[in-house]
Order: sequence, then structure tokens, then C-alpha cells
Amino acid sequence: MKFGILVNEGPYNHQASDSAYRFAKAAIDKGHEIFRVFFYYDGVLNATAHSEPPSDDRNVIKNWQKLAADHKVDLVVCVAAGLRRGIVEASLAPGFRISGLGQLIEAGIQADRMITFGD
Amino acid sequence: MEDDFEAGTVKKFMFVNRKPPYGTVYALEVLEMVLISAAFDQDVHIAFLDDGIYQIKKGQDTKDLGMKNFSPTYRALEGYDIEKLFVERECLEERGLSEDDLLVPVEVISRAEMGKLMAEMDVVLTA
Amino acid sequence: MSTLHTVNKSPFERSNLQACLGHAQNGDSVLLIEDAVFAAIAGNTFAPKLADAAQDIKLFVLGPDLKARGMDPAKVVDGVNIIDYEGFVDLAAASSTIHSWL
Repeated sequence: MKFGILVNEGPYNHQASDSAYRFAKAAIDKGHEIFRVFFYYDGVLNATAHSEPPSDDRNVIKNWQKLAADHKVDLVVCVAAGLRRGIVEASLAPGFRISGLGQLIEAGIQADRMITFGD
Repeated sequence: MEDDFEAGTVKKFMFVNRKPPYGTVYALEVLEMVLISAAFDQDVHIAFLDDGIYQIKKGQDTKDLGMKNFSPTYRALEGYDIEKLFVERECLEERGLSEDDLLVPVEVISRAEMGKLMAEMDVVLTA
Repeated sequence: MSTLHTVNKSPFERSNLQACLGHAQNGDSVLLIEDAVFAAIAGNTFAPKLADAAQDIKLFVLGPDLKARGMDPAKVVDGVNIIDYEGFVDLAAASSTIHSWL
């Protein structure tokens, strides 16, 4: 089954991104496909290349990057929400790409299930 | 299951608004999402419940805040063929509001009807 | 087909859970995650509402979120099932729509 995931919040302030990541990982482990993860609202901050959490904490951004690298998961950051918050091509961690909100609606149409994680 | 999708797929989408405007950015960015959805020819529904009702309260004036008053955009949705706007009656009453306080034509339905309507949706997006 | 509702806030802080239970249909599933797991522990004043809801709705709580917060799985309200992320995925796949109450 194909899942689409919407992440509404940035890393660390909220558990949303962690929960979305755990869900995505469990879905892949069970043989499902993640059609796309779309980052919107402050969720765009999950794509920053400049995050350096303390070494005894999980690295939320790296978790997503590894998922993308290992399983070809499409990580899409909303261009409009990103511009508002200073997330542009130059600030993007590898594995993420910037595109329009249409990619979220398309995920809703193409995925069998769409799930949101937010505040 | 994986091959169900065809170019002409029309799904029932619902954007659920439970948060008021200005205090957080959610209302504005949901509205941006709604506008984009119009380009995909889907069956779009917008639900206003709980404090989401305040998004469409008449008389919003943000001049003193220096923020954009995006409430007129709700009236423009009709031009995008987005006309299925639903408000939950119980939530209006709890807030001492009536349909006359709203800046856009909506269908006022009961909580029970809203629950049934939500159950018909394929995709529910919330913020 | 039925809907999976997820709720992620304590009913003592937000109205999400109340709103969710007010709209969920018979046969739907409600999963408490993140800060909503506190609602699932017996003895809290919201618990009777959950027990009521359990008559028509299938109730679940995410075990890893319970454990992280020091909540005792043995004290979960009767009728609420503890699941892990795998169970979460199964529920999502088995429901036609997922409604995250935020």
C-alpha cells in the first residue's frame, strides 16, 4: 500500500516529525511504500542543512535523510512555506527537494492513504 | 490496490479548520493549500468547527497588527469552484455566533451531520 | 470502510480528543499518540468518557508514547488496546481514511 505523509511541524519543538518518521519506518519495514513525505508550515524546518543537535540526542534531519537514501523516499519541502521561513535551495540538507503545494495534493490523490502529523 | 490510480481520479478531500486566524499561521497556510487544490479538479470540502469558525467571522481588521487580512480570500473561493463550505452548528452556538456573523455563504450542519460527512471523505487534511 | 482518527494532545490541554469522539462513527478506530496517551490511564477524570466511547469505537494507545512518559500499561482503561508503530501502520492500512485531529 502507498502512504502519503504530511509533516506540519519542525524538528525538536514538537514530536510530530519524530512520530511521522517512526510511522514511515514501520510502514516500510512492513513492506509498504511511502509515496511522498510533504513538509509544510514549520515542517519545512526539517530540511535544514544547518541543524546540529547535541550528540546524545537523535538527529531528526539525519533520520529523514537516511530514510530517503535507503528507501528512495521522496522528501518534498513546500516552496512558499520555505521562503517564509528562510528554507531555500541553498539551505537544504541532501535528500530533500523543494517544490510546490501541488505535490501535496498529488500525494493525496495518488497515495492509498494520507496521514498528517502536526501539533 | 496500487494500480487503482488513473489520470481522472476524483477524490473527496476535506480541509478541516479548528484553529482561529492570526494567533498562528495555520489558517492562512490551509487557505493556500485549498487554493492549490482547486487546480486538481478534486471534490473539495472545507469544514469549519471549534475555533476554526473565527476564520470566517465578519469584520476582521488587521491594520494595527501589520498582518495581512486574508479573510476576503474565503469569498473568492467560489471563483475557484470551491463551494462546499460547512460550519458546525453546535460550535457556532457555543461561541454565541450565528450564520449572520460569517463573511461567506456556508452550509450550517449539526455535529452528527458533520461526523457523517467526514466519514465520506477519502483525504482529510488538518492543521 | 472506516476511519482511523489520531489524537496527539492531552484532553486536559486541548479539545482535540473531545472533538474527535464527538465526530467518530460507529466502528471507527481512535488512536491516542504523543501527549494524548495520558487520557488512557485509569483514574483520570476523562477516562469515563473513553470507556463510554469504547462501546461504539475501537480505542488504541501507542505503547512507545506511554512508556516514554512513565505511564503504566497495566493501568490503561479497559477497552483501550496498546499497540506499537507496526500496529499503527496496520490500523492505517485497514482504514479507508486517516483523520489526524490537530
